Amino acid sequence: MAGRVLVAVKRVLDYQARVRVKPDKSGVDLTNVKMSMNPFCEIAVEEATRLKEAKLAEEVVVVSIGPKQAAETLRTAMAMGADRAVHVQTDEEVQPLAVAKLLAAVARQEQPGLVLLGKQAIDDDSNQTGQMLSALLGWPQATFASKLVLDASAGKATVTREVDGGLETLRVSLPAVVTADLRLNEPRYATLPNIMKAKKKPLATTSPQELGVDVSPRLQTLRVEEPAKRKGGVILGSAAELVDKLRNEAKVI
Amino acid sequence: LSTLVLAEHKDGVLQPNTLHALTAAKQLGGPVTVLVAGESTTSAAEAASKADGVAGVLTAQDPCLARSLAEPVAALLQVVQSNRKYTHVLAPSSTFGRNVLPRAAALLDVQAVADVAEVKDSSTFVRPIYAGNALATVKVLGEGPRMLTVRPTAFAAATAQGGNASAQPVSAEELQAARDAAGVSEWVAEDVRKSDRPELGQARVVISGGRALKSAENFHTYLDPLADKLGAAVGASRAAVDAGYAPNDLQAVGISGAIQHVAGMSSSKVIVAINSDADAPMFQLADYGLVGDLFQILPQLDAELAKLLK
Repeated sequence: MAGRVLVAVKRVLDYQARVRVKPDKSGVDLTNVKMSMNPFCEIAVEEATRLKEAKLAEEVVVVSIGPKQAAETLRTAMAMGADRAVHVQTDEEVQPLAVAKLLAAVARQEQPGLVLLGKQAIDDDSNQTGQMLSALLGWPQATFASKLVLDASAGKATVTREVDGGLETLRVSLPAVVTADLRLNEPRYATLPNIMKAKKKPLATTSPQELGVDVSPRLQTLRVEEPAKRKGGVILGSAAELVDKLRNEAKVI
Repeated sequence: LSTLVLAEHKDGVLQPNTLHALTAAKQLGGPVTVLVAGESTTSAAEAASKADGVAGVLTAQDPCLARSLAEPVAALLQVVQSNRKYTHVLAPSSTFGRNVLPRAAALLDVQAVADVAEVKDSSTFVRPIYAGNALATVKVLGEGPRMLTVRPTAFAAATAQGGNASAQPVSAEELQAARDAAGVSEWVAEDVRKSDRPELGQARVVISGGRALKSAENFHTYLDPLADKLGAAVGASRAAVDAGYAPNDLQAVGISGAIQHVAGMSSSKVIVAINSDADAPMFQLADYGLVGDLFQILPQLDAELAKLLK
């Protein structure tokens, strides 16, 4: 048994929502848009829940860093199966290194046998937090996981990773940090009874100050712009015409 | 100003993404050193020393570095950086670079910049966010090295010839740091897709199919011959991947243009869309479009390409 599994989740712009850049180029407009749990985080929560259902974990603790609305994301995670939640409440922008420091502080308190995260958040696409967290804890890491097998009696996890050009399987000593890729599992939908139950599950609130972590940004976003728009092209009449254009006009073949 | 580039290599071959990262390194302006870490580094180090713009090569050779496991490679990168104080540390934004560089950055208390697509100045970089639906210009604040993963497709490859850098090994102490960090993870197996075609992340031409192809077999029957003639990688939209038609690897055939697919491909130089639905969003994005049944158009296209190649 891996004991406790800690899962980090992030509240982000819903993956189906349109990304609108603010006219002043200061960022992406997040007012009056649907916010949801980052899809890769959902996969991490699902995996932790399955470990508990398979009696490979005793308890699933979910943690999120963000404004008060992040508590909704934690409730969703508990409706999916997490037992309790820790909310590190802050209205500041928290960048991956600071997130990793906060998660490391929570991990030191919770002493999990395994930390699961999404491989990246679909807003800033940094793909750093899990790697940084395992560095700070001095634990092994297995990123981009598409399969996770716990061998708790040996104190090991066997993880298949999605790497460029194929798959790679590693065996890591526990405790370890594992980040979830798309094909690790298919997350369940929270049912209404479970959503109701989740409201009664414990949610503790803390702050970066309480955890003793300086979250001041190390990167300053100077501007955010829309990528250059492509101008519409031409509709051609035949494959022969296409080949001609590709060769003589676009000169790509 | 001085830059260290962490090389990616496999089976003794320096990976092309490293040459792309070298171009980003060259744009920074300082001398460029390449770090080659592995069980056997001779041939990759030789390739790195010949690449254009490389001033020096550092090799770290040890069995613990054999499979590029994150723990020993990041520990090595940390100590090499601590000892030698480069102003910039770069790695290709591949699964290798993204696995290792952030880990090393955290060990050095540095906030890395992921997936850099443009170098504005020594501290200011442009990177895609929201799956490429927005571009952020970010400035690294404070002291300390700037650590970046570099998007290979955003920078041309440095020429593989022309350089004449000398290679020297890292110190015994530096190598020991890697050994000390090793042992908590071990490599078990790999399942590498065998293909003569280029890898999706590095391919010049990508032929991509969507749900309209209907089956995995059709992917092979209709897309593979075209890919072989064009030296292209075969990709697929998310819907086709989820339906099990194609490996998750990304031009566009039978793809409607759903937002997730479009974001990844919109920086391509030329986009061709083939779709039976003349109102498919993909046509808004494409330079050339053909409206019609892909099962008729693709064999015609294949025949035209065959004529051309004769």
